[in-house]
Amino acid sequence: MTIAEMNFFQRMIYILQRYGLSLLEGAATTMVIAIVCTFLGCVIGFAVGLIQTSEPHKNSGIFKRGLLKTVKLILTAYVEVFRGTPMMLQAAFIYYGMSQIFGINLGMWSAAFIIVSVNTGAYMAETVRGGILSVEAGQSEGARAIGMSHFQTMLLVVLPQALRNIMPQIGNNLIINIKDTCVLSIIGTVELFFTFRSISGALYTYFEAASVTMIIYFILTFTCSRILRYIETKMDGPSNFDLATSDTLAFTSGMTRYNKKTGGTY
Amino acid sequence: MDEILKVEHLVKTFGTNEVLKDIDFSVFKGDVISIIGSSGSGKSTLLRCINMLEDATGGRILYHGNNILDGSIDEDQYRTKVGMVFQSFNLFNNYTVLGNCMLGQTHVLKRSKEDARKRAMEYLEKVGMEQYINAKPRQLSGGQKQRVAIARALAMDPEVLLFDEPTSALDPEMVGEVLDVMKNLAESGMTMLVVTHEMAFARDISKRVVFMADGRIEEEGSPDQIFNHPQKERTKEFLSRFTKTLKD
Repeated sequence: MTIAEMNFFQRMIYILQRYGLSLLEGAATTMVIAIVCTFLGCVIGFAVGLIQTSEPHKNSGIFKRGLLKTVKLILTAYVEVFRGTPMMLQAAFIYYGMSQIFGINLGMWSAAFIIVSVNTGAYMAETVRGGILSVEAGQSEGARAIGMSHFQTMLLVVLPQALRNIMPQIGNNLIINIKDTCVLSIIGTVELFFTFRSISGALYTYFEAASVTMIIYFILTFTCSRILRYIETKMDGPSNFDLATSDTLAFTSGMTRYNKKTGGTY
Repeated sequence: MDEILKVEHLVKTFGTNEVLKDIDFSVFKGDVISIIGSSGSGKSTLLRCINMLEDATGGRILYHGNNILDGSIDEDQYRTKVGMVFQSFNLFNNYTVLGNCMLGQTHVLKRSKEDARKRAMEYLEKVGMEQYINAKPRQLSGGQKQRVAIARALAMDPEVLLFDEPTSALDPEMVGEVLDVMKNLAESGMTMLVVTHEMAFARDISKRVVFMADGRIEEEGSPDQIFNHPQKERTKEFLSRFTKTLKD
């Protein structure tokens, strides 16, 4: 039976049989790039967000103030440029620019990692800034009031809470990255979308190849979003925490149980 | 007497709004001072200036004779000696009750984990919260949160504790438990500076009462002087609103 004689499902099965391994490799490449770059992007985002939200100490001199202002300006430019241009062009710009101007030939992996994480970092910077602002001022005042330094306050009190608040957005970024690695096919990274193009080019079965690839993408993103949701509930801790009843100073009436829905006790 | 804090000609402005105008007063070891006055009179701002959460615009705040406003002493070290309890508790939401009481000890005072834990437990027992060491702040009632906040401040072994309207955010039924803890503290000789609207506490527990109005200290004296023989018109007017409740 030739491809022309097959129906839709037979063609999909044929693609899986013949190109299953390449698709798996493509999917693995996509996932590695997405996960590593989301992580690196978060690191960049936290660093940039932290600097963007820091205020100069009141006793610091004009030099320190100027330095902070300059760094902030550069970081703002970074965020705006990488948010404001297509990642596909950034990939071409960095990949071909490096070889043409500096004579450096970035390999497939390093090019992919640099481009996607720098791009994610630009989005994450704003997300982290939002996350830091979402932690009420009282939290850092409480920390400062027992003598913690600005750095300790941020590291131990504010950032962990900001991280929890921005977990949904980190998940968003991971899913976007899984899909958006497809733009790396412009610089020849052999990921899932590149594999799709090879298959459809070889067999001229665009519809079936697209269907198979879409299903794989969906399985990847859906699994990730479920795992992240699970991590979020883990971070929140147990929701039915039985508290002691023998508070001698307060009027307690029976067991107090944390109510997940209302976020309080009942 | 050992003078811990001395506030001299303190001025604080927000933009063009002068919130504190030429404040002078002292805190001695063992003092329990209540600062009373209507909203907007500058009570909380005064406390926040003393803790350096607000930068004073002018004047001096002397801590054992050293001016804290000229940058000569380490801000963070100073804050471990002058603890603060907030109206909105400000417990760290990402730590348990015990964690809240240990964090400052291990990271600022560099105490060992065991030592920090022992002290934290000691003070949590003092405020009756030793049963709740593994609870997160969101699992506690307002009164319980405030008691933990007091234990957290005490665990740093401060010389003075500042209370910024510690019971104002609480339901009426929870005010009592926090005031009980503060009363015990006062009796144990802790130096306390309390901004409060609880006139019964100011009258019965404190050794000195400061009445503030329009950013100035209008009148200062023993509870008996302020509550029973106020000299200034504004003090009389302010207290007349409370005398009814005090007689109950």
